[in-house]
Parts: sequence; structure tokens; C-alpha cells
Amino acid sequence: MPKQLIIDGKPIEVEDGTTLLQACEQAGAEIPRFCYHERLSIAGNCRMCLVEVEGSPKPIASCAMGVSDLPPNRDGSPKKIFTKSAVVKKAREGVMEFLLINHPLDCPICDQGGECDLQDQAMAFGIGGSRYQENKRAVEEKNIGPLIKTMMTRCIHCTRCVRYMTEIAGVEELGLIGRGEDAEITTYLEKGILSEMSANVVDLCPVGALTHRPWAHNARPWEMKKTETIDVMDAIGSAIRVDARGPEVLRVLPRNNDAVNEEWISDKTRHVADGLKTQRLDQPYVRKDGRLQPASWDEALAAAAAALKAASPARIGAIAGDLAGAEEMYALKELMGRLGSPNIDCRQAGEAIDPSLGRAGYLFNATIEGIDQADAIMIIGSNPRIEAPVLNARIRKRWRQGGLLVGVIGEKADLGYKYEHLGSGPDALKQFITHPPAQKERPMFIIGMGALSRPDGGAVLAAAAKSALALGVVKDGWNGFSVLHTAAARVAGLDLGFVPGAGGKSVAAMASAGGLDVVYNLGADEIDIAPGAFVIYQGSHGDRGAHRADVILPGSAYTEKSATYVNTEGRAQQTVRAVFAPGQAKEDWAIIRALSASAGHTLPFDQLSALRAAMYKTAPALARLNRIEPAPVAAISALAGQGGSLASGPLTSMVKDFYLTNPIARSSAIMAELSALKSIAGGAAGLRAAE
Amino acid sequence: MLADKDRIFRNLYGFHDASLKGALKRGAWDGTKLFIDKGHDWIINEVKASGLRGRGGAGFPTGLKWSFMPKADPRPSYLVINGDESEPGSCKDREILRHDAHLLLEGALIASFAMRAHTCYIYLRGEYIREREALQRAVDEAYEARLIGKNNVHGWDFDVYVHHGAGAYICGEETALLESLEGKKGQPRLKPPFPANVGLYGAPTTINNVESIAVVPDILRRGPTWFSGLGKPNNTGTKLFQISGHVERPCVVEEEMGIPLRDLIEKHCGGVRGGWKNLLAVIPGGSSVPLVPAELCDDLGMDFDSLQKVKSGLGTAAVIVMDKSADPIKAIARISYFYKHESCGQCTPCREGTGWMWRVLERMAEGHAEKHEIDLLFEVSKQVEGHTICALGDAAAWPVQGLIRHFRPLIEARIDQYQRAHRDAAE
Repeated sequence: MPKQLIIDGKPIEVEDGTTLLQACEQAGAEIPRFCYHERLSIAGNCRMCLVEVEGSPKPIASCAMGVSDLPPNRDGSPKKIFTKSAVVKKAREGVMEFLLINHPLDCPICDQGGECDLQDQAMAFGIGGSRYQENKRAVEEKNIGPLIKTMMTRCIHCTRCVRYMTEIAGVEELGLIGRGEDAEITTYLEKGILSEMSANVVDLCPVGALTHRPWAHNARPWEMKKTETIDVMDAIGSAIRVDARGPEVLRVLPRNNDAVNEEWISDKTRHVADGLKTQRLDQPYVRKDGRLQPASWDEALAAAAAALKAASPARIGAIAGDLAGAEEMYALKELMGRLGSPNIDCRQAGEAIDPSLGRAGYLFNATIEGIDQADAIMIIGSNPRIEAPVLNARIRKRWRQGGLLVGVIGEKADLGYKYEHLGSGPDALKQFITHPPAQKERPMFIIGMGALSRPDGGAVLAAAAKSALALGVVKDGWNGFSVLHTAAARVAGLDLGFVPGAGGKSVAAMASAGGLDVVYNLGADEIDIAPGAFVIYQGSHGDRGAHRADVILPGSAYTEKSATYVNTEGRAQQTVRAVFAPGQAKEDWAIIRALSASAGHTLPFDQLSALRAAMYKTAPALARLNRIEPAPVAAISALAGQGGSLASGPLTSMVKDFYLTNPIARSSAIMAELSALKSIAGGAAGLRAAE
Repeated sequence: MLADKDRIFRNLYGFHDASLKGALKRGAWDGTKLFIDKGHDWIINEVKASGLRGRGGAGFPTGLKWSFMPKADPRPSYLVINGDESEPGSCKDREILRHDAHLLLEGALIASFAMRAHTCYIYLRGEYIREREALQRAVDEAYEARLIGKNNVHGWDFDVYVHHGAGAYICGEETALLESLEGKKGQPRLKPPFPANVGLYGAPTTINNVESIAVVPDILRRGPTWFSGLGKPNNTGTKLFQISGHVERPCVVEEEMGIPLRDLIEKHCGGVRGGWKNLLAVIPGGSSVPLVPAELCDDLGMDFDSLQKVKSGLGTAAVIVMDKSADPIKAIARISYFYKHESCGQCTPCREGTGWMWRVLERMAEGHAEKHEIDLLFEVSKQVEGHTICALGDAAAWPVQGLIRHFRPLIEARIDQYQRAHRDAAE
């Protein structure tokens, strides 16, 4: 039942269940707040959002008051709310004064300066000076890990960080101890926080109590150029903002995208930025006399072209890695086609996915937003907590609302919510197929790459599809069959058909000894190519792939180019260039275009727009930016019809070390530190050693 | 003066047998079954008719509070009895717990039945160790005699759990008490929702003071008109007064509501030390209420409404008497320290304001302050009052406001004196 209110003289109708603060915002009134946050539980402790309500002797904390809880006026007239009255002004000034008396006011040396809620609101709602003459409180720093720098004297005890860690991240590692003015936010035993999503507390902190340790005292927010783009650390495609100064990416922050990451990002997404500066391939190399020697672009392209020309088409192949953009994969596919080679593959880990059966067979069909509606989730061969932390937080959010049944076949890991472990191998899946359907409306399967990148992956996928159809996971109006990818490049590669053509070789065959004469490696750093083949490596970092290369063509990282990535849901999104690639490195599609000319098979586009126009003809899904079109479910029936026999052996997650999944992360000192800390049993000891 | 026949707590001083046997002799557990047979609503109406107001400090009508409990709710209902008696000056509940615990248990059964609760938690202050033992003894006796428990003689399944707190003042705030009872940190909850809707473990809950519950059996036995005939209109019945401080014989005594303060002190406590003329001020209801200076005390009635008229309150009726040897600024500074120490730290005005007020008061007690700081202090107390989640902010602000209202000249004189002394020293 909508409720009538008069806010600052403006009549407004709001839905039951809204809070007074939301109602005031709908009426266009600005309400200052510190503790209130849309995605966290309501604490009501900062008292900044006080408003005056007609008939109430005291001002009311608007964040914690539901409009339906307001007692009605005697005559039934709408309640009058005042947000600009003298009482409210006085109350806000009072609260602001209290917040500031023990705040150090060290803004000039505080990293939060310039983007600080306390600073902004003190300007807007505070009084000019301070009347407090006593000594200020000082609070000891806390060592809570390499990501979060604390300056607890600045803390205003809003408890956003505590609520975030407990509710969203699912680790009860932060708390408020002590009482009264001695209350402190701490981890109790000064142990480091090692959640994959911990650094979000820094964004939530309305003051400079929690700041980013890796970026400490680096730059002021107004000095940085802000670029809104997309993350490629996992297959979720979180919305991010890249802040750069000059040629250097200084930090990565989340952007709001309710359909994907809400407003959270993983620690890897945020702090991988230092990996963009180290181990970069900033000029071409050619292997001479057994050693990689610096070379000019002409030399390198000539060497690569010569190798391609010399080999017979059937002995040439191309592998696309985990971070490749759709544009360069399309260009490479076109080039290989012109060279006459059917040997192309983007499934670096050997995932048994056949895109010709249809998109629904390899997408996260339920969508990430769909998790909010799911009432049962079966996780098969995946550990979403490390494969896609943000998505896992979404599952946890749904679980916290109650009524969600979760089952796992595969690794028995701590996911942050309770689940039933049905077994670790395909046997459990076999039994599960004959399982009576759970009496659930919107069941969901999450099928991880751990299940598909095994020799019997095809059979596992087929079995999963079969049981999905049998158990009502796929039905009218609901498709819960969801494949969770781990690589940002994968879905676009499958959409483009970057898989072996007729008689073509898969990644494993190409990489095996004697498989090919020339391998074009587009940023695939997680495979070993056996000795023998001539390897042309194109990528951004000097990682495993570059070491094996005979020619290195330096490309761009995701912050340095405009490229299309399709996330696991099938949502096409484009990155935006924030900085230029270092040295002589070029945009990846342009490198392949240049090579095509050297190799005598000039590709018919010399601009990115022309490439995209051609690419959209091949894969129309890539043109639908930021949108999802439900994929036809026929693909799942087709999958179910595939045969194959299930092997034994446990299903494990693809991701062994969350912090070191790709070349950028492996070049990052912070990721290395986190990885080391995580691997030391008993994180606390490790943290002290690291200090 | 209250006649002996009208006393509810007939073993207040522990002169008699506190066990079940002794309690039965004094009339406890007499006719309880009959009240229960008359039904839930009858009990609530009788309590309403008696005019009983909550004895924990706020003085909310008890019967009305009970009637807020939902009548048909799938969730269980709970009665929680607040025995976290921590207000400085208050010491009445401990006497009930030690010597008249069976009245409390009988009241708990009746009140729980009236609110359709089968379970009652009694939350005791952490420091009350002997009291807990005494109460537990009484609970065990009552179980043994099948007065309470499953399938008891009263036909209403009823369990009592005694819970021992850890000694935090804030856990006497009803919602912080619920948090503590649930095993969480004792911090007050946001209201609404009120405990009658969402209370202990999310179920409907009523929280009553020990004394409020312990007087109920006698109200039912003697009838609401007897109770409402005592005291004054809207301030009915008897009340346990606790007089401490500068009187000849500090004591806890049951008296009629509205008894003049002077009678209370002179008849029961042997008078103010050095005579009535030596009275400086009283804090009439426990440390949280504003003090009342001697000039207002001559005809002061001890009840909710009379004390409200002098901008103070009855609170828990813990009368703290100060004679002229007392330093009111120092006294209030000490009270202020108490609230600073006991603030839970959850919400801003109380967390920051209590410390500020205490520090200024500590200086003022020496005179080491400026006169404009008196207004500043008053304003700070107003910035705390009414802006917090629970009433602890108010409780911290009121004593300060009372001091400034009545003893401003003294504070100014102290400042002058200090400044003179320091100017002389500097010259």
C-alpha cells in the first residue's frame, strides 16, 4: 500500500517498505549519512540522517525508520517531514561536531582527502569551527594485511566495514570491540584479512581510516584521469574505473553495475594494477642463436611472416589465451583462414565445449542477476569463491535471504555459505541425475571449468545437461543451466568460432611434440608448447608464453586498448583505453593486420571500426553491447544428446591460486605477496613476517 | 506512612525464611491457579485497573505494555525480566531477589500466562552473584514443587531461565539486554520494531523490571482497587525506595507512592546528616535524573508526576541525598564519568558527547574553565539528548543539565576562585 508523505512541503507517494531516507531522496531532499549503505544492513548509528517528523518530540534517524512504521496523524492527513528545518540543521551540526571532535583533521596527509564523505559533509552540514578543547583520542593502528592500511584514529565507528565483511564477504574477521569512546574496529587478534573481496571495505569507509596500502600516498584523486572500463581478471566482466596519471595506471576502482558486480570487485581486479607496470613486453624480439634478441617491428614481422609462409597450412596453428580481446581473435581467425589452416583453438585448458551446438550450451544462462531469483543451486566442478568471487558474493547474498538450497559436486571448499556436498567425482553426478527433483521453482546448475577441462569433460557436460532437463533446471521462462567460465576471453572466442575447423587440431594436439611447425600464440601463457615448433608469441607480459617464443610481438593489456569481451553470461562489453601501451607495443588487432600484409594475405580492414563491422557479421552477439539476449535452449537438448562415458576421479577447480591466474597477476608484486600469505598455514604468522 | 498490612514485600530485609516454605507462609503462591483460570485478558485488565506503572524507571503503564503483545502469533512469546539493576543508587531488586524471590517467580508465571508466554528469562546483573544463587534456589524449589515447569500444578507450561550478565550498565537497556541474552554484544537495537513485535530471537517479547513483576501477585490477590487506593491518582501503589548518601541510616523501604521526600528521609532514614537544613540537594531517582536542590525539596512528593514538575524524575526511586558537605560539581562529574564509561559506543552523540561532558566537568570541578563553557556544556548535553538510539544519551545529559540549571552560580564562583588563585600565583 503506497503511503502519502509531505516532505519539505512536497507531497509524495512512496511504497511500503521504503525507509524515510529513501522517501526523502525520492522527494529530492539530500540526507547526509555515514553508516547507511544501500547494500548493507541498517545500523542507524552515525545519527547524521536525523530528520524532523511532525508529531515526534525527537528528530528521527531516517535511515532506520520505515515509512510504514510512522504512526499516522490523528486526522489521517499525510505525515509532514522536514529535512531543512532549524531542528534538523541543529541536530546535524551537533552530530557533525561530535564526529569531528575526536577526528584528527589530518586531511592534508590523508589519502582519502578529496573523496572523503566526512570532509564533504563537514563542509555542507557542519559548523565553521571547533569548540572542543580537550585532547583528542588516539587509536593504535591495526595490521590487517597488505591491502588495507589502517589509521584508526580517523575512524568514526560507522561499522560499514564490519557489516560488509560479515554480510557480503562472508568472513567474520572485523568487529567493534571495546565500549564507548574506547570502541575500536579491529580483527581482534590483528590477523590479516584474507578474503578475496576484502579491499572493498576501503571504498565503503567514509573516512580515511581504511585506505589502500599499495597506493598509499601516491596521488590525489583530482590528479588522475578516470576511465570507465571493464575488468578481465575473471569471466564476470566487472565494471571498473581505471585511474591513471600520465602513462601509469595508479588504481582500479569498482563501478556500479547491478547486473554484474553490484559495486564490488575482487582484490585481484583492484590490486593487479601494479602488474601492468612490470615484466612488460615493450618491444619486439626475435630468437637468434638460441636467444631472444631485441628487434625492430619490421624484423619481427618479417621473421614471423617467413615462418608462416614456409610451413604448410596444415602444420600452422593458432591458440588464443585467456585475456585476448574478441577483435584480435577475429583478426587471427581470419588470417589463419586465409593461410588455409583449420588449426585454431581458444579453449586453452581443453574445455570440452562445442560452440556449434549453440550458445546456451556454454553460457551462464541464468545470468548473474538471475541468482537473486534462484531457489536451488547445484555447483558442479567449480569453486566460485576463487573463480568468480563477486558472483560468489551474489550467491551468498541470495543464501542470506533464506530459502536457498545449495549442493556441490566437486571440491569441498569454504564458499561462505552452507551447502550439501554430494560427492567429489562424476559418480556423484551420475547418482544425482536419478535424484528426485527438488521441489524448487527456479533451480540452477553452475558448471565450472573444472568439470569440463578433463578428458571426460564432454560426458560431464552432457550428463549435466541431461539432468538439467530432467530436473526442471531448464523450463519455460527459466533457464538455470549456467556455465561458469574462468577466462575473460573464452566466451567471445567461442562466439567467434575460434575452435578447430574440419580436421583441425585442438590446443593439446597443437602443443604436443611434433604437433605443428608454427604456432601462433595469442597470449596463452598457461600451456606448454613442446619443443620443435616455431612459436610466434603475441602478448603484453614476459610470462611463460614469451619465454617459449621464437618471435615476440608486443601487444597491449586490457587497460591499453579498446577490445570486446563477452562475460560468462554472454554479455558483450568493451574496454576503453585508459593509457597507452608501453614502448613500441601496439594494439593487438593492428599487429595481426600488419602481419597479414607481411605474410601476403592482407586482411580487409585497416580500422578498428571496419574490423568490428566484419566481426559483427560473424558473431552478431558481440554487437549487442551490455545486453543479454537469452540463448535458444535447443542447445541444451543437443548437449544432452551427446554421449561419452564418465571417468572417475574428483572434479577440482580450474583455479589453483586465485592471485596468480594470468600473466598480469603473475607480474604483480602485491598478488605474489597475497599468494604467499595465503599459502602459509595460519595467515597471522605470515602477515607478521611480511611486515 | 505505609501500614504493615499493605506491604507487598514482607521479607524485604531477610528477617524471615526466604525459602519456599517461608514464602508460602507469607502468602506467596496462594490462589495462583485461580487467577490463571480466569484467563489471559482478566489478568491484563486487573493490572491495567491497578494503575501499576513500570518500576524500572520510565514509568510506562505495565498492563498497557502487556496488552501490546500479539494474541495469535505462530511465534513463541517471551517474558524477559530485567534484573540488570545497575543504575547508581538503585538497590531494590537485589532485596527482592535475595529475600522475596518467590513473589517474583509467581509474578513471572502470571505475567507470562497473561501474555501467552511459556518461557521467561530473568537477566541478572553480573555483579549479583549471591542474588543469582538465591534466585536459582527459589527457581529450583518452585520446579521441585511443580509450581512451575512442564505440567505444573497451575496448568500452564512455564520455564524460567536465570541468565547472568557480565556487568555492563547498557545491558539494562531492554533491547541491549535482548542482544546480550542472545549471546551478542550488548548494544541497543533500533526501534521500531519494538520488542513486542520483534524481540528475543525475533519473537514477541515483553521486558519488565523485577519489581513490576513481583508486585503483580499481590495486586491480583488483594484486588486492583486496593493497589490504586494507595498513592496518588496516576501514581498508584507502593514502591521500594532506596535512600543513600548523607542520611543517618541509608535504607531500602517500601512506601506509598507520593510520600513526601522529607517524610521518607526523616521517618525511615533518621533524617539528613546534620538536620534538614543541612540538605543541599537530592538526586531522587538514580544517577540519571537531574538533581533537585534543597529549596524545592520541602514539599516534594515522591512520585512520577510531582518529580516531573520539578524537571526531574522518579526513575527507580533511588534517592541520593547530598548534604552541604557535598560538592555537587564533583558529584555530577563522577556520574558523568560513569556514563562515559558505560556508553556502548554504538552511536555518535553518546560515544563522543559523554566523554566531552565528563572532561569539561572534571575541569569545572576544579574551576579550571571559562564561564562561557557552562553554556557550551549545556549545549553539548542538548546535542546528546534525544539524538541517540537508546536512552543512555538522555541519562548522561540530564544530570549535567540539572547541575547547570540549579548550581550555575556555584560553578561560576568556582571558576572565579580558580582564576583568582592562578592570577595571584602568576603575579
